[in-house]
Amino acid sequence: MGDLQIKKQPKKYDAVIVGSGAGGGMAAYVLAKAGLKVCLIEAGPNFDPAVNSAQLKNPWESPRRGASTKFRPFGDFDGCYWGWEVDGEPYTQAEGTKWEWWRARMVGGRTNHWGRISLRFGPKDFKHKSIDGLGDDWPISYDDVKPYYDKIDRLLGVFGTNEGRVDDPDGIFLPPPKPRLHELFIKKAATGIGIPVIPSRLSILTKKINNERGECFYCAQCGRSCKVYADFSSSSALVIPAIKTGNVDLVTNAMAREVLTDREGLATGVSYINKEDMQEYQVSGRTVILAASACESARLMLNSKSQRHPNGIGNSSNVVGKYLHDSTGADMGGIIPELFDRKRYNEDGVGGMHVYTPWWLDNKKLDFPRGYHIEYGGGFGMPLYGFNWGIENLNGTYKIKGQQKEAGGYGASLKEDYRYFFGAHVGMAGRGEAIAREDSYCEIDPNVVDKYGIPVLRFHTTYTDYEIKQAKHMKETFAEILHSMGAVITWGGDDGPENNYGLHAPGNIIHEAGTVRMGNDPKRAPLNKWAQAHDCKNLFNVDGGMFVSQGDKNITWTILALSMRTSEYIVDQLKKQNI
Amino acid sequence: MDRRQSIKALLLGTASSGVLIEACKNSDKKVTENTTVQPFTGPERMAEENAHYKELTAEPKFFTDHEMATIAILADIIIPKDNISGSATDAKVPDFIEFIVHEKTEHQTPMRGGLRWMDMYCLNNYGKTFRECDDKQKIALVDQIAYPKKVKPELKQGAAFFSLMRNLTSSGFYTSEIGVKDVGYMGNRPNQWNGVPDDVLKQYGLSYTEKELKECVSFNKV
Repeated sequence: MGDLQIKKQPKKYDAVIVGSGAGGGMAAYVLAKAGLKVCLIEAGPNFDPAVNSAQLKNPWESPRRGASTKFRPFGDFDGCYWGWEVDGEPYTQAEGTKWEWWRARMVGGRTNHWGRISLRFGPKDFKHKSIDGLGDDWPISYDDVKPYYDKIDRLLGVFGTNEGRVDDPDGIFLPPPKPRLHELFIKKAATGIGIPVIPSRLSILTKKINNERGECFYCAQCGRSCKVYADFSSSSALVIPAIKTGNVDLVTNAMAREVLTDREGLATGVSYINKEDMQEYQVSGRTVILAASACESARLMLNSKSQRHPNGIGNSSNVVGKYLHDSTGADMGGIIPELFDRKRYNEDGVGGMHVYTPWWLDNKKLDFPRGYHIEYGGGFGMPLYGFNWGIENLNGTYKIKGQQKEAGGYGASLKEDYRYFFGAHVGMAGRGEAIAREDSYCEIDPNVVDKYGIPVLRFHTTYTDYEIKQAKHMKETFAEILHSMGAVITWGGDDGPENNYGLHAPGNIIHEAGTVRMGNDPKRAPLNKWAQAHDCKNLFNVDGGMFVSQGDKNITWTILALSMRTSEYIVDQLKKQNI
Repeated sequence: MDRRQSIKALLLGTASSGVLIEACKNSDKKVTENTTVQPFTGPERMAEENAHYKELTAEPKFFTDHEMATIAILADIIIPKDNISGSATDAKVPDFIEFIVHEKTEHQTPMRGGLRWMDMYCLNNYGKTFRECDDKQKIALVDQIAYPKKVKPELKQGAAFFSLMRNLTSSGFYTSEIGVKDVGYMGNRPNQWNGVPDDVLKQYGLSYTEKELKECVSFNKV
């Protein structure tokens, strides 16, 4: 180690941004467009969907036929590098608690493979404590964020319909695709029992919005990232255009170690390790913007200790890492006998559902405080590894072309069965709001470092009866909908109190937020209402960390809106020389 | 226009997806049986993945020649050629099974042990291994283990193995070019989603609402 030295980059940037996902990509875009000089640090390699996507590959082009690996937990064609584990980068969990942590390592981060579900928070979502006394209100309201939702709707593109629902606010929408066959079944069944089903809201371009990005050609593979940029990824829609301004230096394979500070405790830049040459570097900036993901940003802050910030930068409140929460999740699936032996046609559509169910009930009349929405799946999907795995649980249960068969089997008769059941499956997933709690959190593990010598996170995350009762309600609803559509439950129907009604472990839904929350009181929140650290005026957080709560909506569209809002504030403050 | 050119044209914005759909229809090549597809190792892969693939394929073969021959026989019993498509071995399913046990090592012991279980059953009953048995003997055993819900208690291990073999065979077959065509998956190409075809809507007594027809993307019907 005699030759290990810290290389300081002489250039001083207006901003050093850590992370290139939704929050960091947006910050880089806004700052670069405003003419500011940006250094964008990303812990993974470069990724351009036009070059690096596996879109339109056939199943047989993967030697594992699309099966998952540790590199691609969502399957071999998925657009995300890494996931539930990253070689050399462990994390730990306190005894008796569970946290599942998805980490992308690539330009654009998780936005390269996400579901593109782009839901605005409603007025209630920012002020839920005032309604039910739980958690905290945000220091901002829907009206503060609405102009930014409007701007990103136009800038990035989202399809949907204006339904006039107060807590699912209208937007500036492109036309949605028509429902698929199983979605018509779902819609008919659910609306028949009083559950609304409306067009989904996904950031996919059903119409061209500019000359840099193409129009959707309906291959259903948004999860692989789109070669013609017809869906929103931070890489394609923000980072690449930001770099084109000439104002952004992108540093890839750079794992941030610490936020650097001066004697006054102001941020001066970021130190990082280059994963390729394993050398240590420092880059300096007038501001530092953290967008490394809710947990990585908290980790970075907690690891950035100095005389002025003995508890980690921006953490005099001792709140960094706390209030960590994910969406809740529970799922169920079935088969629709009416759809057996379906006529074949190309049903791909966009990547994801064409309809969904927004939260429709009043929690005052229920035994759990917060809502959930329902996502739907089904139809003719590309056959991949696991195709009809366990057909012996299916083909003895139904008459096939009028004939009762024995479960299992082989030969020409079995081939007939596979054809018969193809496209008849349906699935549903509830995604709900968990209460952010101080006692559900992450902190630095005092004993463990990653391969770069950076102390790792230890998680203490748990659920309470609120989330469990919500999962129970989800399951009851799914069973009702499936029953109403004449479907038979094939999985997820056996969950009960012994396994919290199939409630997924926290982290599993990959909507983690809340670790660096906003608040007007510096004693109770690390960030002010501009996502600016109370203790360090030139330090900002623009990922899920800044969230006070997350509604029953997926958080990406709000990360984008809030990152844009904070980035415009930074531009303004730098111009006024306030920071 | 082939698929690659289509995407290029879409990228450059020189073609609308409507034109491409027609182009793809005309040039869709026939299913060429027995083609060996090279797995992709290009820019779609990160360096760690290519290294992992190299490592896996450098490992010695897991199955012995005898085991592979047995797998091929079983795979073709499970998915034989019929009047719609070819067999599991036509679709190179045994090669897929050899690969996948390197990737998903949890299948190694159940596969090896299950194959030996079958051979021991045949040795005890017919005095030879499964692959050396005549067709009648082979099918007699398969009939006893292919139906897990009615299998005799003493043959349950055989049924568990056969279910795994059936699952791996269908995974390999229906993800091959032959199998995708057989099951009738028609996507994975540039398209214009214009809703459920009219005759299908009619078949299920469904229709789009006026609201949907007004609000949703529509394309002129070809």
